[in-house]
Amino acid sequence: MTVSEAPGAVVLELAGIDKRFGALHANAHIDLSLREGEVLALLGENGAGKTTLMNILFGHYVADGGEVRVAGAQGLEPLPGGSPAAALAAGIGMVHQHFTLAENLSGFENIVLGTEPVLRLWRRAAQARERVEQTMAESGLAVDLDAPVERLSVGEKQRVEILKALYRRVRVLVLDEPTAVLTPQEAEGLFAVLRRLTSRGLAVIFISHKLNEVLAISGRIAVLRAGRKVGEVAAREADRRLLAELMVGREVPAGTRAEQASGAPVLQLSSVDAGTDTSRALREATLAVHAGEIVGVAGVSGNGQAALAALVAGLEAPAAGEMRLFGEPVRRHSPRAFVARAIARIPEDRHRDGIVGSMSVAENLVIEDVRHRDYQRAGFLRFGAVRRRAEAAIRDYDVRCPGPDAPARLLSGGNMQKLILARVLARGPRLILANQPSRGLDVGAQADVHRRLLAARAAGAAVLLISEDLDELLQLSDRVLVMHRGRVTDAGPTAQLDRARVGLLMAGHGDAAPG
Amino acid sequence: MIALEPRQRLAWHQPLLASAGAGVAALLLVAIPIASAGVPLGEAYRLMAAGAFGSVFALSETLTRATPLMLTGLAAAVAFRAKLWNIGGEGQLYAGALAAVAVGSGALAGPAPLLVALVLLAGALAGALVMLGPAWLKMRFGADEVVTTLLLNFVIILFVQMMLEGPLQDPMGLGWPQSPPIVDEAALPPLLARTRLHAGLYVALAAALAVWVLLNRTVLGFEMRAVGENQAAARFAGIAITRTMLVTALISGALAGLAGVGEVAGLKGYLTADLSPGFGYAGIVVAMLAGLSPLGVVVAAVFIAGVFVGADSMSRATGVSNYLADLVVATALLCVLIGGFLTRFRVRLAARAGG
Repeated sequence: MTVSEAPGAVVLELAGIDKRFGALHANAHIDLSLREGEVLALLGENGAGKTTLMNILFGHYVADGGEVRVAGAQGLEPLPGGSPAAALAAGIGMVHQHFTLAENLSGFENIVLGTEPVLRLWRRAAQARERVEQTMAESGLAVDLDAPVERLSVGEKQRVEILKALYRRVRVLVLDEPTAVLTPQEAEGLFAVLRRLTSRGLAVIFISHKLNEVLAISGRIAVLRAGRKVGEVAAREADRRLLAELMVGREVPAGTRAEQASGAPVLQLSSVDAGTDTSRALREATLAVHAGEIVGVAGVSGNGQAALAALVAGLEAPAAGEMRLFGEPVRRHSPRAFVARAIARIPEDRHRDGIVGSMSVAENLVIEDVRHRDYQRAGFLRFGAVRRRAEAAIRDYDVRCPGPDAPARLLSGGNMQKLILARVLARGPRLILANQPSRGLDVGAQADVHRRLLAARAAGAAVLLISEDLDELLQLSDRVLVMHRGRVTDAGPTAQLDRARVGLLMAGHGDAAPG
Repeated sequence: MIALEPRQRLAWHQPLLASAGAGVAALLLVAIPIASAGVPLGEAYRLMAAGAFGSVFALSETLTRATPLMLTGLAAAVAFRAKLWNIGGEGQLYAGALAAVAVGSGALAGPAPLLVALVLLAGALAGALVMLGPAWLKMRFGADEVVTTLLLNFVIILFVQMMLEGPLQDPMGLGWPQSPPIVDEAALPPLLARTRLHAGLYVALAAALAVWVLLNRTVLGFEMRAVGENQAAARFAGIAITRTMLVTALISGALAGLAGVGEVAGLKGYLTADLSPGFGYAGIVVAMLAGLSPLGVVVAAVFIAGVFVGADSMSRATGVSNYLADLVVATALLCVLIGGFLTRFRVRLAARAGG
């Protein structure tokens, strides 16, 4: 699976890059070198310094120390710092996680945009077109050049982005979390393209935190942790365990799912339509989640998961069809009614829906139960009770914070998630909606979320787990459902699950799959 | 290049410094117009300070001015905490004043404590009722309350003028558009002989304390803050947004209504269409200067009132127009906005090579 083991000359060298933001040492004397024809993976948790390093490479930041060198006519030449134009001229290109395309222009126009003098575009269009088509043929990246970008799929948009870089004759291509938005098949397609491009001499820096992918595509893996390069290993000598430990700096205990029989149905949807935005609505969804099981929902984001989550969170009522909780039809669709019925809800966007940043950790912990008589008397808050709850939660869930009275916005993403878990799991929930529960968390915090969900399952809770991370779904779920364009397909028990079939279902080829 | 970095932590004194700094900056900036009017600066500031705080009488005048400002300031602060932009304090003040004269100018008779309580209640209710319309329009149609409450000010003031030239005109008033006087039993008693200070000050101070308790010690206040700080999270957590907004609107209107009661039942004794020189709007500045803190409102109201009274006094002595006070108030609002920005962000002047 790895790329050619005979890389060429060094094209890029980062020597002793150092950058501080106040007290934060974002990059501490980092050395990296990149050779022609190789894929170098840059692995690290959020905040490890990957983005800072790439921003220095592109001249968005000026390093406090060290030098970027690029192969030139006289060997390696230093690249002037702080100049994006110089980086572009030196043949360094980047595909961002969030695309930078003009949606109303065609793929072709996006590719040539900015490379031609504005007033002469029409004259040289034919030549440019020829070159774009040649680039497309050489790289194996096929896209409809004439359709407006807004009508292209996410995978196609990514191809346009890569073509844009190749058209500018890049020698070094940086891909930032390129597979986050792709189905497994699309990711495989991307890897095939990358192998083809590297065999022609392109050097690639592949930024990711997904261990499997990094192992599959790269030749060498550099691991960053807390601003330092803590390791550089050849991919064939590495495994998931080693990489995870390098990233986190300690051993990461994985949660394991013990076999257990599931109980009575807790959440049932039959032919439910929900959501107003037609492209993202839920259509004729039928599913059931039973006590003591985790049901995973796979799918590329934007295929109706948000509507499903809103339904189970109590934010929306079905437009058609029937929703049952604990065997009975739901009469009151509201967050408060759902909380009262022991439904734990972990929102997808914890900053927007999960946390009131300026309120304290303690206040955020009781926000769902503030009207419960444990926490108020005659409309007045019972501070002692609120504080005791907060202290217990901080202790039991290891929420790292300055104290119960600290504003919640000071917490890191992982600790915010722990706060939310402490809030919703404390009351012994019977149904848990976990929407992207470990998104953006580091490996350690992720493992923590997983253990909590598995413990809740063992305690008999029904869990609906919506996630874009297929590894997470396969690790935790008893059964997997796949969403595509608002429709839900049952992919079956995880034990008999075929990754390829899940991928096909995610891409909407339900009929192409056997069974 | 100028870079802005959000500050992670705010020490408790930083917002305080921003407010105090804004007040001082506003006072210093008016040095420019004072100087251009040809008045020696030291003298002008000395006269202003003496006029506002220099004697028992000066202080009593300042506190009398501060009384309605505290209540309209609280009205704005409560609403703004829940991100309900009530700009209609002026109209609600007039509605409260109108209700006070309707109830307290002879329509009802009774012992003083009862009648005073009734007048206060009527004024608060009237102010709250005025907010019902904008609140309903916002919840039903998403109408922007900035527009509805602001425009309602003019509607109410015109309505008051109509009443003063019609049903509520004083038959003994020689045709002037003014209401009959508040009867003695309904009047807020004076606090200090030979001053205009009245019991409305106690009402305002009690209201500040009550709002502080509401916001910091009650479930309703908890919910108001949650709705104001992050409405999506509040909704997700099961807080009834509509109900919280509605209650906030009513409380805010009631506080502004009380300001109107104080002015007619404590100070003027009868209602005219020029009862308030913009106390409703100045209340917004008071609330912003106070950082929306109810106890801060008391301090900010005294400051703004001192500026008004002091500028009046200075203008009598030097001939500089007392519009200067409005200038200070307006400048203070701008300064507090800048101050708030500077407390939230750290501004760095970063050199950028090659850029």
